[in-house]
Amino acid sequence: MAVKILIAIDDRPLEVESGKTILEVCQENKIDIPVMCHLKGLTDVGACRLCLVEIEGIPKLLSSCTTKVAPNQKIKTQSERLKKHQRLTVELFFAERNHICSVCVANNNCELQDMAKSVSMDHVRFPYLFQPCDVDASQGKYVIDHHRCIMCTRCVRVCSEVEGAFNWDVMGRGFKARIISDFSQPWGESTTCTACGKCLQVCPTGALWPKNVSQGQLQKNPESIMELVEKRRMGI
Amino acid sequence: MNLKELNDIAQKVRKKNEGFKKKVCVCCGAGCLSSGSEPVLKGLQQAVKDKGLENEIEVIPSGCMGPCNQGPLVKVLPDQTIYQKVLEPQVTAIVERHLSKQEVVTEMLIFSDSREVSADTSQDPFFKKQFKIVLQNCGNINPESINDYISVDGYRALDKALRLMSSEEVIAEIKHSRLRGRGGAGFPTGLKWETVYKYVASEKYVICNGDEGDPGAFMDRSVLEGDPHRVLEGMAIAGYAIGAQKGFAYIRGEYPLAIKRFDQAIKQARKLGLLGKNIMGTEFSFDVEIRIGAGAFVCGEETALIASIEGKRGTPRPRPPFPAESGLWGKPTLINNVETFANIAPIILRGGEWYSEIGTPKSAGTKVFALAGKIQYSGLIEVPMGMSLREIIFDIGGGVPGGKKFKAAQTGGPSGGCIPEEYLDTKVDYESLVSLGSIMGSGGLIIMDETSDMVDVARFFMEFCMDESCGKCVPCRVGTKQMYDLLSKICFGKAREYDLKLLEELAVYVKETSLCGLGMSAPNPLLSTLRYFRKEYVEHLKGTPASQIPSLPVS
Repeated sequence: MAVKILIAIDDRPLEVESGKTILEVCQENKIDIPVMCHLKGLTDVGACRLCLVEIEGIPKLLSSCTTKVAPNQKIKTQSERLKKHQRLTVELFFAERNHICSVCVANNNCELQDMAKSVSMDHVRFPYLFQPCDVDASQGKYVIDHHRCIMCTRCVRVCSEVEGAFNWDVMGRGFKARIISDFSQPWGESTTCTACGKCLQVCPTGALWPKNVSQGQLQKNPESIMELVEKRRMGI
Repeated sequence: MNLKELNDIAQKVRKKNEGFKKKVCVCCGAGCLSSGSEPVLKGLQQAVKDKGLENEIEVIPSGCMGPCNQGPLVKVLPDQTIYQKVLEPQVTAIVERHLSKQEVVTEMLIFSDSREVSADTSQDPFFKKQFKIVLQNCGNINPESINDYISVDGYRALDKALRLMSSEEVIAEIKHSRLRGRGGAGFPTGLKWETVYKYVASEKYVICNGDEGDPGAFMDRSVLEGDPHRVLEGMAIAGYAIGAQKGFAYIRGEYPLAIKRFDQAIKQARKLGLLGKNIMGTEFSFDVEIRIGAGAFVCGEETALIASIEGKRGTPRPRPPFPAESGLWGKPTLINNVETFANIAPIILRGGEWYSEIGTPKSAGTKVFALAGKIQYSGLIEVPMGMSLREIIFDIGGGVPGGKKFKAAQTGGPSGGCIPEEYLDTKVDYESLVSLGSIMGSGGLIIMDETSDMVDVARFFMEFCMDESCGKCVPCRVGTKQMYDLLSKICFGKAREYDLKLLEELAVYVKETSLCGLGMSAPNPLLSTLRYFRKEYVEHLKGTPASQIPSLPVS
């Protein structure tokens, strides 16, 4: 039996179950919080910083996906400061690698594009870094294009936590960090990958895609992963 | 091993020391070693033997004595005479004149090239104005000898804690001392110990953070090299206080000598029953393992350090939950800095009251600073909290050389800020530095003069943060890169007002949204130099004269 506690979100009093994260509570109560690295069913890492909220009495902004609710918390999800920060985050994403929508398989079906629309980011004020990246098409069915990767690490987490193959990992530091397969080997030579395709389903951009689609034709189904995790949790 | 046996060992060492007329300490810290002190040590030992004086003169390696840029340093006790820049050719002079004929080698006395010094060099203001607690033994004992440590009251604090105090009483004493974490954040140590103590768990851990990543900081390195047992004793007392049986010392890989000496200390302590099962015949068991860092500044951040010990990639995780509640392998973990642990034994032996009376009302005790940059005497010093920057830089450090004018003092490394001339009389403590826009940090104190370009200083620290960012969160990973590029643009005279505005907006964003302390404090040097030296930024916007363009970055 979970304990019920009282909190307030955007001046709205709510009775919630303790042990839940602020994000879970917001989603259950139809309070909109932008998320990118979060995917229901995967461990939350608080990496994208889009889900930050203000909590009264705490000077730092905290990620709502990793912070549990506590009695008498007064949370703000909407403020000029938070909105400015969200826009800047998306600007930095676009300037970090090489996001050219017009030639991308995920055009019009991309969580990064959707995020730009929902935080009202319509122009990037920073010089694009145009980092040199690889395209690895050595795997039989799939391609990983690092130009489009935003390092959300959903692929790393789904591969280790749901499939249990541990093919994907992160190598390197800072803006030079990259997602790698096995010990930084071509995906086609991986001895751990089971070609299950779960990483493709959870990838928010056109970084991971199957070889049989062309520009704008990518269709993803991250909900299938969430359902799978939920079924396993319930023992079905 | 019990108290009587400890005292017996101490007695034996003291008797042996009394048998010698003189004890000569040769600094064998990494600094003096790289200047060539090992041949000096061997040369002195051989020369003493050749003159048949080996029963009168003892020559030992010691830890850091302080004025590192004047090394290699040699100290003659009990005369308290320190000689500077001693290389092999100078060995003969010391042996023939001072050790054989009691004739002080005046031309080699420390600081003699810039001022009047007496044979008792401990009276020089460089030393006289310091107050050594953490560095008390460094430079006076052989760090590779546990018996030497025992002869200077070593392990008596552990004995007192185990035999005469309860865990609660130990914590109360640390709380009473008002000791604050010396790693940089200054969190009250007693409170942290009490928090970990209160959690009930099958296992708890003590971690010593020896990752010391700030550029220009070498306090922790010197303590680990010069008095490793002091840190080990502190860790054991902490284990007793919080209920842990296992400790880890995380030492950065770039400190091989510190690792070697600390490892030696662990093995020596185990052999004497001062570490391991049933310490000193009590029910308390505690052992320590070393874990070596692999070249990442971010692993000095506590959650990244914990991930590293767990064998994972050294990336931080969001807090809450804090390590005190859920740390190493999910268990309650106490993590403190090397210097913090080095303060524990003296506090237990002399009392929290004694410690709390040193320093300022909000910041008790002393702080070890690593003086570097445009200063006459660079090296390690330890002063009570509340001493003014002016005293530290000019009275102890000898001021700015070459007749140049002081411009700023940088504290806290890549997480800190610059303090300009008008605040030189500020009494140094945690709060006063924060109010000036800087932080105490781990103790790096870098002095700048009129030739330093403050925009380039900000750029240097931003480059460091950019290179060391772990890459997990966007604000730090991309934000530091974009800020570095903008700072470079300004430095090279290619920027416009719009770029400066963008830079300021980015600084606030990175500070407020980053996941861990690295990102949150990366904009500090930038914000601090903007606060006090804004006109230099504005000057650069007009175009930088060729003579001032910094050297091209190597990427």
